[in-house]
Amino acid sequence: MQKLTAQELQLKANDIRQDIIEMLLEAKSGHSAGPLGMADVFATLYFNILKHDPQNPTWVDRDKLVLSCGHICPVLYATMAEAGYFPKEELKTLRKLGTRLHGHPHNLALPGLENSSGPLGQGLSQAVGMALASRLDRTTGRIYAICSDGEQDEGQIWEALMFAGKNKLHNLTVILDRNNIQIDGYTEDIMPLEPLKDKYEAFNFHVIEVDGHNYQQIIDACNEALAIYEKPTMIIAHTIPGKGVGFMEYDYKWHGTPPNKEQANQALNDLRTLRGRIQGEHQ
Amino acid sequence: MSQTNLEPVKISEKIGAVDIEQKPTRDGYGEALVELGEKNPNVVVLTGDLSESTRAQAFQKKFPERFFEIGVAEQNMMGIAAGLALAGKIPFVSSYATFSPGRNWDQLRVSVAYSQANVKIAGAHTGVSVGPDGATHQALEDIAITRVLPGLVVLVPCDYLQTKQATLAAAAFKGPVYFRFTREKTPMMTTPETGFEIGKAQVFREGSDVVVIGSGPVLYNALLAATELEKQGISVMVLNNHTIKPIDSESIVAAAKKCGAVVTLEEHQINAGAGSAVCEVLSKNFPVPVEMVGMPDSFGESGEPTQLLQKFGMDQAAIKAAILKVIQRKGKNG
Repeated sequence: MQKLTAQELQLKANDIRQDIIEMLLEAKSGHSAGPLGMADVFATLYFNILKHDPQNPTWVDRDKLVLSCGHICPVLYATMAEAGYFPKEELKTLRKLGTRLHGHPHNLALPGLENSSGPLGQGLSQAVGMALASRLDRTTGRIYAICSDGEQDEGQIWEALMFAGKNKLHNLTVILDRNNIQIDGYTEDIMPLEPLKDKYEAFNFHVIEVDGHNYQQIIDACNEALAIYEKPTMIIAHTIPGKGVGFMEYDYKWHGTPPNKEQANQALNDLRTLRGRIQGEHQ
Repeated sequence: MSQTNLEPVKISEKIGAVDIEQKPTRDGYGEALVELGEKNPNVVVLTGDLSESTRAQAFQKKFPERFFEIGVAEQNMMGIAAGLALAGKIPFVSSYATFSPGRNWDQLRVSVAYSQANVKIAGAHTGVSVGPDGATHQALEDIAITRVLPGLVVLVPCDYLQTKQATLAAAAFKGPVYFRFTREKTPMMTTPETGFEIGKAQVFREGSDVVVIGSGPVLYNALLAATELEKQGISVMVLNNHTIKPIDSESIVAAAKKCGAVVTLEEHQINAGAGSAVCEVLSKNFPVPVEMVGMPDSFGESGEPTQLLQKFGMDQAAIKAAILKVIQRKGKNG
């Protein structure tokens, strides 16, 4: 696929955010803050970084995106639809009977989904397994695992990190959505995680911190990881939960709640205004 | 139900003999792994710091690049296995059943069964016959927690050779499989001619008054009880129901129709175990009186295997008593 520039990614991420709001409104349940916060990272991955082919989702040498924090799947579905994996119209089936877009992703439901996730902590181990298989088979694809920060409470995460470090899985890039919220509140109140960078370094990861809304920083970090051969890479992406929708930003109460009709209109209004501004800047 | 379902298979001629050969079931696993490693480059083996006692060590020595030491981290081990399988490998997860699938059941449920990842889970050290290690290490719940998962095959081979065959069959089967084995040396009931097919129960002994439907090494005690009861004129069929899921309903119903009374036998909790699976089949299709032999809703304890099987009622005497009881109940409205 043709790589989008940082400026084009801004528009693509805006489209993805609008898709997310429309999906959640239609579904009447689901998570708002995380998906909106990760829209820039997902746009960058699918439209600049990942080696993938929506027409051939089982291509052996593809890069694999493994979503460990399954609850932010609206952003994955919206991005995949934007990339051409399935018609955008299907996004409206999210969480409905007969859908391929389950409330948490199911690998068998939809071509292009690499794994099933939902119960936190499981996807990272799956990604580690895929990285091992890739090493055994000498395939060139890279594994990108997406984790949430609340997910770092799980012991399994640290088991997987320890193993990845031990085995120097340099074909593995983990991207942490560091948005500081989880369902019950702020991460540092629920179960303090900091100093995260030090922890990952102590677990033998190459750690890069980025602004998760800065396309160039995300691109540079992903490319830097390609040059690290002795360690797996952890990219801590600092994101704003609910990013792009003023009244959702930074508020943990939007972690697991969808917008109602009025709120969705307000959100779409915010996003369309933002889109106009982006286009204005580009002209 | 055709009678051909109840054709007996050939088993050892030394049943009950003092010199019957004994080998641990886990040895069969270890040998099968090496065989598989030679035949199929996609076979990989994982262990959580238990390579020696699960017998994965021989594979490790021969194929070090395909062996993964995960450390004492069973949740991660199951997840890594799922990832390997989703990428086309055939991973064998080797640990004690109390830890795997005991400790990592959620990973088994979502990363493996729900995802239909082609992972094979070998649960060692099952049953009270684990012995001196005590209750914490005696897996008595693994059949219950695996057979409840959709899309997961559950096997309980009865001896060394059958464990070897079950391991080979699990590798050939496309989809997740759980199978369990025990620690101690156990009598070799089967021979190379006995055969093994997933989902096909085996008549180890013909009979017409009662059928013992069981699995695992403890089945030997049923054969001994049957021989003893034959002297009293009681004809006992012994059905090796090695596949708990998908269960061989046809053979179970045919055996119940022929005998009219059933004793279930397992080295596992009676609640929700292999016997319960048999009862599910019978109550839906052909209800007959059933007595259930197994762990009576209790944890184990330290002791010698034979002492424990006696104390908790899974030895020859307990099986005999259950047979006599169920025969008495026949024709008395259960």
